Amino acid sequence: MVLVLAIGDLHIPHRAPDLPAKFKSMLVPGKIQHIICTGNLCIKEVHDYLKSLCPSLHITRGEYDEDARYPETKTLTIGQFKLGLCHGHQVVPWGDLDSLAMLQRQLDVDILVSGHTHQFKAYKHEAGVVINPGSATGAYSSITYDVNPSFVLMDIDGLRVVVYVYELIDGEVKVDKIDFKKTSTATI
Amino acid sequence: MMSDGVEDEEKWLTAGIAGLQQNAFYMHRALDSNNIKDALKYSAQMLSELRTSRLSPHKYYELYMRAFDELRKLEIFFKEESKRSCSIIELYELVQHAGNILPRLYLLCTVGSVYIRSKEAPAKDILKDLVEMCRGIQHPLRGLFLRSYLSQVSRDKLPDIGSEYEGDENTVMDAVEFVLQNFTEMNKLWVRMQHQGPAREKEKREKERNELRDLVGKNLHVLSQIEGIDLELYRDTVLPRILEQVVNCKDDLAQYYLMDCIIQVFPDEYHLQTLETLLGACPQLQPSVDIKTVLSGLMERLSNYAASSIEVLPEFVQVEAFAKLNNAIGQVIEAQPDMPVFGAVTLYSSLLTFTLHVHPDRLDYVDQILGACVSKIAGKGKLEGKATKQIVALLSAPLEKYNDIDTALKLSNYPLVMEYLDDSTNKVMSNVIIQSIMKNKTHISTAEKVGALFELIKGLIKDLDGDDNDEMDEEDFKEEQNSVARLIQMLYNSDPEEMLKIICMVKKHIMSGGPKRLPFTIPPLIYNALKLVRRVQSQDENGSEDETSSATPKKIFQMLNQTIEVLSMVPVPDLALRLYLECAEAANDCDLEPVAYEFFTQAYILYEEEISDSKAQVTALYLIIGTLQRMHTFGVENRDTLTHKATGYSAKLLKKPDQCRAVYACSHLFWVDDQDGIKDGERVLLCLKRALRIANAAQQMANVTKGSGGSVMLFIEILNKYLYFFEKGNTQISVASIQGLIELVTSEMQSDSRSTSDPAADAFFASTIRYIQSQKDKGGATGEKFEAIKV
Repeated sequence: MVLVLAIGDLHIPHRAPDLPAKFKSMLVPGKIQHIICTGNLCIKEVHDYLKSLCPSLHITRGEYDEDARYPETKTLTIGQFKLGLCHGHQVVPWGDLDSLAMLQRQLDVDILVSGHTHQFKAYKHEAGVVINPGSATGAYSSITYDVNPSFVLMDIDGLRVVVYVYELIDGEVKVDKIDFKKTSTATI
Repeated sequence: MMSDGVEDEEKWLTAGIAGLQQNAFYMHRALDSNNIKDALKYSAQMLSELRTSRLSPHKYYELYMRAFDELRKLEIFFKEESKRSCSIIELYELVQHAGNILPRLYLLCTVGSVYIRSKEAPAKDILKDLVEMCRGIQHPLRGLFLRSYLSQVSRDKLPDIGSEYEGDENTVMDAVEFVLQNFTEMNKLWVRMQHQGPAREKEKREKERNELRDLVGKNLHVLSQIEGIDLELYRDTVLPRILEQVVNCKDDLAQYYLMDCIIQVFPDEYHLQTLETLLGACPQLQPSVDIKTVLSGLMERLSNYAASSIEVLPEFVQVEAFAKLNNAIGQVIEAQPDMPVFGAVTLYSSLLTFTLHVHPDRLDYVDQILGACVSKIAGKGKLEGKATKQIVALLSAPLEKYNDIDTALKLSNYPLVMEYLDDSTNKVMSNVIIQSIMKNKTHISTAEKVGALFELIKGLIKDLDGDDNDEMDEEDFKEEQNSVARLIQMLYNSDPEEMLKIICMVKKHIMSGGPKRLPFTIPPLIYNALKLVRRVQSQDENGSEDETSSATPKKIFQMLNQTIEVLSMVPVPDLALRLYLECAEAANDCDLEPVAYEFFTQAYILYEEEISDSKAQVTALYLIIGTLQRMHTFGVENRDTLTHKATGYSAKLLKKPDQCRAVYACSHLFWVDDQDGIKDGERVLLCLKRALRIANAAQQMANVTKGSGGSVMLFIEILNKYLYFFEKGNTQISVASIQGLIELVTSEMQSDSRSTSDPAADAFFASTIRYIQSQKDKGGATGEKFEAIKV
């Protein structure tokens, strides 16, 4: 069992002063094995904060990130799953599921995690999963109105992944759970 | 005799100890054989060693301690003796035959202690007798130790309440009288000590004298432990008598030590009830006394007392503690014109801590203290480091107490104190303020307060005059400016009008920050404004538009346009372009076509003129295409102009693969799912064909330059785009064209010219084929559609 935190579009300090305190108290070091971050942190302090939660930190570049060294896309394998990571501003139309599916095929991944729209999404699509963890600070977005702060925890266990979505609605943390099973395909 | 060296002193001490031990030996022998006469003789000889004037206080103490131990044994003997043959009264008479006064008095004190215990005479008479007789020794060092001995042997025999020696005519008053008298005499001896010996050794003497202070202070300790001293007795007798001695001795060492001693040994509630008396003594002390430390100590004690229980607070109000302390501080500062700024600020800082503990509701007190502080530091020029540190503590205290900058902003003197900080301290303080706001999630909710706040933290907002431009560490600078950005994000008012005022106020302040700060401070301001646009826009939709309102989207967009323009001139074109596009989309949502067009125009100009890095161009172009794709406010003409330009930029990117990808992304500009007007299948196909041509060119180029084809990837991507539009129902995309692409990719992948295999392309192609297959398997309309494609 591996816990993976998917988080992104924090936009600190351009659009939000900080992570919600409720999230901060939930995210403690030592519980999470990997962090995948879609980007737009935007500053080093946030990078350092994430790194303090978990040293295995994977980040792709959002259009506001000051650190130019983050790659545009990244793939990694966790357990039986191959994960792909991309901020998403490069995928036009933005947030379009079919276009993201094409990226998923291109990266040849089971789970594609992307951001940019600030709207939490988790779809079972074709043979895999497409996830958008939303904006962890509930940052303003020109694409989505009324953004609630959210992030995603993935519990990867064998061929099964349970996706927990944490959303802050009116000061209360709401948790949703979505279950995916990978049908062992002949990939690769 | 004072000029003798340390070695000599050591010699004398050794000699003294030898003499003492020898006589002690004989004394013990006499005691063992019950020979009182010899015992007294030898003990007197033993004590004669204490008559020396050659030892420093330190060495004298060593000698004294040895004599003390021997005297304890003698005391035990007297105790037993008085029960056997010789009465205590006889003994008391007997010891007075000793020839020398010093041994005689030591012996007298020793017997006296046994005499009191025997209760054969009233304790008060014996105590009085002893304390009077000790006047016989006027040599400071010898006198101090003798009286210290008296104090030591008598402390458990004072007629205190509850003590067995109290009763009949022995009252606690007698105990108090005795201790006070001993204290007074000791202090006189102690003070007089400084005048003994040559003036050039004064410093050394003062040091030695300081080592003796606890002998004097011990008396106050004894007093504080007398149960019978209630508040009344303390207020009417004990404290005034002590203070009288303290003030009259006119010695700064004694005054400083004893004042501190009083504060430390007596209980808090006594201090509170006698504040006036205690404070009244302060201005009467010598000007050189470090009164600030004394008073700070007092205020700290009282603060802790106030913090200990809420029930004691009314006491503070009742005795008007604040007024008294404030008054006393004023007088002290006036009486000591040479007091350094640091001292005064320390006093105010202590008073402030006191006030925050005792009168948390009295902001006027706090402001009053700050005001007094201002008048003390005004005109003093640059402050010393210690003083600045104290001021930071002074200014931080209210923030910590109230957890709320709002409260501090109400203090009219707060910014005045900030004025006197040097730049770097101002920055430190500004950061403290911001941290406080962040920590407490304080919402600063009016433009006026925002203005005051930004005035307060101006050290972070702009280069202050006289900045010696010391190059700050870049990381530190970033961190500092990012915290300003966070602060801007904390500003909020639910009333749009006021929020707009806040935004304008922030803008006014940050615009003076110079090109280094603007890239940090403008973006959060822009987003505050965009959030506001969204709020007023939804109000407009509710039909509640107010004609007189200034917070209209149009007006906000004007402000945004000007602000971003400043940023583009810094110049940070990448950031400015992104912000223009964000604004364009916001204007789009408000159905303000000309405004949106203007923002796009600005973004295009930046793209054309300012962004030259090829990688930056690619990102900027995706943002342009992505935003444009979402615009619905544009009429055909405007849209055509902008899409035409965007496609043109795409084809002009430096690298062929980038060109190819940007061009096929442009196909989405002509096909928007939720907009019926925009479904131009023909132009989609044109884009894809163009992308295909570029992919071909890229492959040829790779063949020439690298000797191998490389861009199967691009063909597979284009194939996927064909499939995308095919599925969306674009009739221009034929099965044949898709089939053609599949064959092209297949043959490319099998061709000999591919010297290296490309597993990524293989996997992509395989998953594309699987996708087509899964669409076929879906059945229904989709399945039927895909059935025609052969894989």
